[in-house]
Order: sequence, then structure tokens, then C-alpha cells
Amino acid sequence: MRVFVFHLMPYQYMDMEYRERYRAAWVVMSNREYDPKKGHELYNRYLDELELCAELGFDGIAVNEHHQTAYGLMPSPVVTASALARRTKNCKIAILGNAFGLREHPLTLAEEHAMIDNITGGRLITGMVRGVGCEYFSFGANPAQSHERFYEAHDLVVRAWTEPGPFAFEGKYYTFEYVNVWPRPYQQPHPPIWAPSMGSLETIEWAAHPSRKYVYLQNYSALTSVERYLTMYREIAEKKWGYTASSDQLGWGAPTYVAETDEKARDEARVHIESLFNKFLAKTPELMFPPGYLSASSAANMMQHKKQIRGNVTVDGLIEQGIILCGSPKTVLTKLTEAHKRLGFQNFLALLQFGTLPRDLTEKNIRMFASEVMPALQRLTDKEFVGMSLASAVS
Amino acid sequence: MNETLDVRGCKTYVRRLGAGPTLLYLHGMRGLYGDPPFLLRLAERYEVIAPDHPGFGNSDDPEWLDSISDLAYFYADFIEALGLRGVHLVGHSIGGWIALQLAVRSCERLRSLSLVSSAGIRVKGVPRADTFILSPEELARLLFVNGELARRFVEEEADPERFSFNFKNSVTAAKLTWQPRLCDPQLSKWLHRITVPTFILWGESDRVIPPQYAEALHAAIAGSTVKILPECGHVPAVERPDEFVGAISGFIEKVAS
Repeated sequence: MRVFVFHLMPYQYMDMEYRERYRAAWVVMSNREYDPKKGHELYNRYLDELELCAELGFDGIAVNEHHQTAYGLMPSPVVTASALARRTKNCKIAILGNAFGLREHPLTLAEEHAMIDNITGGRLITGMVRGVGCEYFSFGANPAQSHERFYEAHDLVVRAWTEPGPFAFEGKYYTFEYVNVWPRPYQQPHPPIWAPSMGSLETIEWAAHPSRKYVYLQNYSALTSVERYLTMYREIAEKKWGYTASSDQLGWGAPTYVAETDEKARDEARVHIESLFNKFLAKTPELMFPPGYLSASSAANMMQHKKQIRGNVTVDGLIEQGIILCGSPKTVLTKLTEAHKRLGFQNFLALLQFGTLPRDLTEKNIRMFASEVMPALQRLTDKEFVGMSLASAVS
Repeated sequence: MNETLDVRGCKTYVRRLGAGPTLLYLHGMRGLYGDPPFLLRLAERYEVIAPDHPGFGNSDDPEWLDSISDLAYFYADFIEALGLRGVHLVGHSIGGWIALQLAVRSCERLRSLSLVSSAGIRVKGVPRADTFILSPEELARLLFVNGELARRFVEEEADPERFSFNFKNSVTAAKLTWQPRLCDPQLSKWLHRITVPTFILWGESDRVIPPQYAEALHAAIAGSTVKILPECGHVPAVERPDEFVGAISGFIEKVAS
């Protein structure tokens, strides 16, 4: 299994009482709250944490994009990925993801990703996402067209990376006379594309398509939902697209915290993980799902499966549902190994800093995870996966 | 009598009520559920034609629909297909926006234009509400002065029987009005092309599209008249039905005489 560390780079100095005056820590919470001096400290600390992970042997380090929010200070993950490109040597750098379809000109991102791929000699993984609902308020992009526009931006970028230019692109949302991206990507035909998601049939069908076979990454979900969606990917590949999906096409991402004992882990993580879910992540349904962002069936489905992470969650509830992994290294490793046996995902993304988790605890978490959990995970192969039929029965 | 008409390939659900001069009613972003009482009242004097816009209610959601301008051209086709002439066009909210876009293209088939709490133009410095970010409770308080109507609105939003209706309407509304919200900044350039008698009706307490928009439309459309209803929010037809019906029919009668 490949083990990645994932960072959101939250503005962890957010005033929690101030936060309560807003419907979310997104879009409408004033940036008056942001102190650039503290931001300077945080960016450098967070980059240090990712560089430490690279030194400790993680297979990859991952960053992501969000806008107008204290939840994550990376409106451009290209900037953080670039900062990491020359400071790391061997690990993958994964941008999970960039919202290509939110851009008026997705080729600017295609160029930037190609640059990072060239600088790193092919260590880039390109995540393509539609962006969460809030982003459609921030960007003014139309949520009712988000699927179509995302697919078109993807097609444009992949063609720009793979077909000799210049050529004209004539789409519904994008029309360009000259598509001719310099530099071309280092990796051929292009950097691996991943599809991070919080669970969507449309995304799975699209990612699993034989012409793509993109890594589908399930984030922030109860273990039952992880099972449901990863199994759905394998089933769709088998039944709809007529091939057997490789376990390398599947990934799971979860906040992870290890400490000497289960109890200590829980106590140390509690206030910080609860801040992530209750303060940084929590938002109103209108911000989360603007009209058209979800299909009618996904909307009904999502409400059912995600309702557990809204409102006041507790560390105990999060552990119980398997939304986070928290405990002694042995406990966390056992849970991951068992999940891997049932689901066979060959990519795991650990969110090792979350919410207000401070520098010292983050570093302790990173080092303990890297030395006591990660090596055993990295040895897991497809041989330990019991196979889809049992996984289906489990779900 | 309600029917589904095929307008250049788009199945369009149309309410046809009453008899008299033709009144074409263009609804707002939440659509028309059933035959609303205010339409039945208007049908006592007029032949009321009240379609569900393409993308709304019981009408098709056609591939070609991307913008309010598309609906303006659609209604030009619709009026021709039904052979309507001398139409009294009444539009509420985004229905008013469609009516404006239609009228600046051609007033040939129109006899009059009534704009009720109309979207469409932008008055700089006077923001329209972002109806998409608000909870149903918050939105209800902006839509209605009357607390009972606000409470009923919230109930209707949550009514499982209306889920598909509300879902379809809200998705199409977002598609047509998301950016820029509820307006076309270019539209004001062409309002001089409206050459039919125009009536502007607004709620004094409209907090979705504030009454300054009534004044701006009045100033931009030559010969227009304006009426502001006190104690009324964004939906005069529901909150002040008597005044709404009285004002619209009073205006139309004056035009006809």
C-alpha cells in the first residue's frame, strides 16, 4: 500500500466564538479574522510538517484547494506543491485536488501542473475535483453546470497534455483558438489523475471509465460509506465497464491520530478533531449543496450518508463510525489492516494535522505514525484483499 | 383548461384560464404549484395564459436552456406558435426579467407590460438578496412581511410531496440566475426599446429586490407608471392579492380604453 500524508493547512488561530457568528467558517466569515503574521508562522510550520513526512519515508505528500475559508489556507495548492517540489527528493507530490472547472481558463492550471511535473522529474499526482459547494459561492461559478463544466475542463486539459499543439478547442464552456501548452508534462502520457470525492455515483462512474481508470479517493466518511463507495467502484468497473478494477485505483483518506495508548490518543486529539468537524468543516446545507451541485438521487443519498458528520460530533462518535482513526499504533494499524483486507484499497491518506492540533502534537503524531504504523501498511499488497464478493456481502 | 403544448420540440405545460383580453403571466423562480388563486382571480377578466417555463414545473428541461435570454427567445416563439397578438405581458421576479428581455427584443406582439418585483437590471450599490445562501426560514423572512405566509413558505419548502417540484425549479433557477445574481448588467442599455405602456408594481418591504429597483425601472422606461404597495414583500400576488389583482387590471383597463 502507498501511504500519503494529507494537509489542509487550517487557520488554527480562528476565534471560535467569532466563528459562531457566521453560518460557516467559509465564504461569509470575514477575513478580518486572518492575521498575516500568524499566517506566516503557520504556512512555514505546515510546510515543515510535510517536509518531515517526506524525510520519514511517506510515499507521497498531499495538498489541496479551498477558498475564502479558515478551514484550509490553500486557495492555490500549486503554490504549496511548488514550495515542496525542490525541498523533497523522492516522494510523490499530490495536489488533491485542483478545481479545474472553477477556472475561467483551466489551461493555466494545466501549465502549472506540467511545470511542477517537469521540476520534480515526474513526481506529481494531479487531483481533479469539482470543488465543494462553497466554492461556487466564492467563485461565482454556476453549481447547476458544475458536472458538465468539470468534465469539459478535464477533457481540455488531458487533450492539452497529450495531443500535439497548437489545436483549437471548441466546447460549451471553453473555447480557445490556440491550445499549445509549454511545457508538456514530464510523465507520459500525463501525470496520474486522481478523483477525490466525498461519495458520488456520477464521479465513480466517470473515474472508473476504461479510458480513465483514475484513482478514486473516498474522504471524510464513515467506514460503512467507504465500503459502499469503494465496492461501488469495483462493481461499476466490472458490470458497467467490463474490466476488473485494480486495488491501485482505490484510496481512503481519514484524519489519523496515534499516541502511546488508546486513551491518551483520544484525550490528546479530542478538542482538536472536534474543532475540525464542528467549527472548521461544519456548514449550512445551502452552502454545502447549492442547487444543481448534486443530482436529485445523489442529494437524497448524500443527506442520508453524511448527516452523521454535521452538527455536534464527538471524538468518540468519529472513532466509532470510522470517520477518523485514533488510538495506539496497534489499534490504528489493526483497523486499517482489517479495512484493507475487506476493501483492498492500495492508497491511504492520513490527515495527521487537523483543526487546532498544535505543532508538538502534530510532530509526535507524524513520527509515531511513520515509525509504528506506516511500515506495516506499506507492506500490504493485493494478496491480503479477500476479494469483491465478500466485500459486497459486508456492505 | 390546462394543457401541454409542443413549442418547437419543448413540451410546455400551460394553464389557460378564463376569457377576455390575453394576459400572459410569467412566473418567478419558485414556479407555480397548481393553479394559484390570484391567477383564477385574473381569469375572471382575462384569458390568462400561464406556462411553466422550460426547466420548471411540468415543462421539459430542454438541452438548449442556459440563460434568461434563451427564455426570452422561447417566449417569442411561444407567442408566435399560439398566434397571440395584443398580449398583456405580466412577469413576476425572474418572470419580469424574461418579460424585459422579450420586450427589448420586440414589442410587436405586446399591448402592455407589467413588471412585478422584477429581477433583471442591476442598480449599483443596492444589492439583491442572495436567495441561494439563505435557509428557508431566512428566505421566508425576506419574502414576506406576513409571518403566517412566511411560516407556510417554510412548510412548503420542506413538503416531501413538493420535493421534485422544488428541486427542479431551484436547479433551473440557479442555472439561469447564479452569476451575476438575479441580473444582467447589460440589460439597462436597451430599456429604451420598450415602447408599450409599462406598469411597475412592487412591495414596499421587498427585501429580495428592494423597491429602489422599481424607481430605477420607472426612470429607464419612458411613460411607465409605478405603484408601491405598503406592508408587502417580494410576492404581492400572494401577500396582497386584492391590491395585486386590482392594480394589474386597473392598469390594463386604462391601456385598453
